[in-house]
Amino acid sequence: MNAIILATLGLGTMFLGYRFYSKFIAEKIYRLDPDYATPAHAMRDNVDYVPTHRIVLWGHHFTAVAGAAPIIGPGIAIIWGWVPAFIWVTLGTVFFAGVHDFGSIWASVRNKGKSIGALTGDVVTQRARALFMIVIFLLLLMVNAVFAVTISRELVEMPSAVIPVWSAVAVALVIGVLIYKAGVHILWPTVVGTTLLYVAIYFGEIMPLSVPDQFLGMAPGAQWIVILFIYAATASMLPVWLLLQPRDYINGIQLFIGLGLLYGAVMFANPTIVAPAFNTDLPSGTPPLVPLLFVTIACGAISGFHGLVGSGTTSKQLDKETDARFVGYLGSFGEGALALVTIIAVSAGFASLAEWKAVYTSFGEGGVRAFVLGGGNILATLGLPLAFAQTLLTVMAVLFAGTTMDAGVRLQRYIVQEWGVIYNITPLQNGYVATAVAVGACLTLAFGAGGADGSGGMIIWPLFGTTNQLLAGLTLLVISLILVKQGRPSRYTLTPMVFVTSMAFLSALYQLWNLYTSGNYFLVFIDLLIIGAAVFVMLEAASALLRERRAASAAKAV
Amino acid sequence: MTGFATARALLAEFYVAPYRGAIARLRRDEDDLLMLFVFSELMGVSNPAAYFTLELQPVLLDRFHDWHRRMGLDHSPLDGIKCC
Repeated sequence: MNAIILATLGLGTMFLGYRFYSKFIAEKIYRLDPDYATPAHAMRDNVDYVPTHRIVLWGHHFTAVAGAAPIIGPGIAIIWGWVPAFIWVTLGTVFFAGVHDFGSIWASVRNKGKSIGALTGDVVTQRARALFMIVIFLLLLMVNAVFAVTISRELVEMPSAVIPVWSAVAVALVIGVLIYKAGVHILWPTVVGTTLLYVAIYFGEIMPLSVPDQFLGMAPGAQWIVILFIYAATASMLPVWLLLQPRDYINGIQLFIGLGLLYGAVMFANPTIVAPAFNTDLPSGTPPLVPLLFVTIACGAISGFHGLVGSGTTSKQLDKETDARFVGYLGSFGEGALALVTIIAVSAGFASLAEWKAVYTSFGEGGVRAFVLGGGNILATLGLPLAFAQTLLTVMAVLFAGTTMDAGVRLQRYIVQEWGVIYNITPLQNGYVATAVAVGACLTLAFGAGGADGSGGMIIWPLFGTTNQLLAGLTLLVISLILVKQGRPSRYTLTPMVFVTSMAFLSALYQLWNLYTSGNYFLVFIDLLIIGAAVFVMLEAASALLRERRAASAAKAV
Repeated sequence: MTGFATARALLAEFYVAPYRGAIARLRRDEDDLLMLFVFSELMGVSNPAAYFTLELQPVLLDRFHDWHRRMGLDHSPLDGIKCC
């Protein structure tokens, strides 16, 4: 099997999904109406509610949802062989993620642009809404911890990435000031800033930087984790226009350049896949494919996080209701494409099966590392020096993860401050205290999961996926309930809901046993929280569905 | 519009749109602080810059109603300014 066939097959399937399945969903299930006054028009305030061109909106939606997760997930999951990962990513995008992302935008647009959290309170119960907030907090906690570990690993492994990664922060600050203080148009800062970033990659190679082997008793990985959280805490306190906005923007540009380069190189070099189709020689300790595959790859197949973006910001800017299909479904198509090219990089980027096996020595290995090694080899066929190509991919992945951390810590701070208000704890309402609490929680998880050197943090990757899938399950439940209320078929959203929730539940149970036997009681506690949440999601789903079905049949009888 | 101008406009929109709301809120918070300075004397809080802020009062009067409502007061807290 060669990579061009795999890429064509994958992209082709996703395209057919967009062309036919999403059309069917748009017309028969969600019944989009081009004349419906979307919240962007009906509630226009030129602040949150602004009609936006669908290509721009798709750009945001896609860059907001695609990040490091669709790289890490497939990068780990390939250990079971490339076929399962490939099938889950392509079919997941067509039948799960597309319907979920598209549906969350639609549900929000039809309900005054409310977020899925608020809608959960409206259509399920207030109890379910509280549950929703807990799941989101857990998700943020894990995303920050897991991404800090990922970045620190990469910065230790690739000292050449240190200079470019931190210069991206400087470039962002300069762009922010140029645009808001000097009133420069974005075009030139984009061109110059992006060029500078690539120049920095070149310099990074000449001047690799490493932290000392020991500092205050911390190994290099642990030192980076601490530095990253100090940075994230500071960054989350800065005004958004100064750092977060330009950083997000540069990432968006990076994402398009990276995807273009990778697919271009795959088409040019057409590497052969060396990874096994189904790995029959799994390293000991690898968990079973079912259910773990479905939580290891969350983003790229289906991810609850997208529903937060779709119903949080995208729905408030939708110009026409019919644009929801283009923005939502194609947004997940884009993320599926990133996951697919990761699968190709980590299965076809190695020279031989032996080389591939040397990377995948145990479950949790691979991830970004394999993407950088494999993808670097593929990019090198375009004539780029191998070391440059590897640094480039490292920088791309680290920037994705870094921006997510910036935003994640900020959101956690808001949640902590809100608790301060709800429970009347004055110190928690203070921005600095709330940030310290948020960062403290993340650090505890990062070190609690990985020991003092912070190296074992990837144990929590499947836990992150589990939480993400639970959130997706809740969102699909809300969409299904809205459909049931309107007497429309709900099986197209209910089937994925039952599937992801049960896979998440089974994974959590499996991991509970595994974590317990390995003596990691801290993660056992987190896992128990997740299991509790999963049980409640299922109970809430069952009771709400029965209630709505009864109401619907009673209405028919009258 | 030419193709280039459209692309330029779309790029600018791509930069601005995701943070439009967040930045507008930041700006409003700053404006609210200014309102507090300008109207503080009327509420009995002494303001060393009163001589200068007095001039701003008529300019900011239009925003006064929205401001006191945002601050959680249904009716105007000032005897002098009865907007509602």
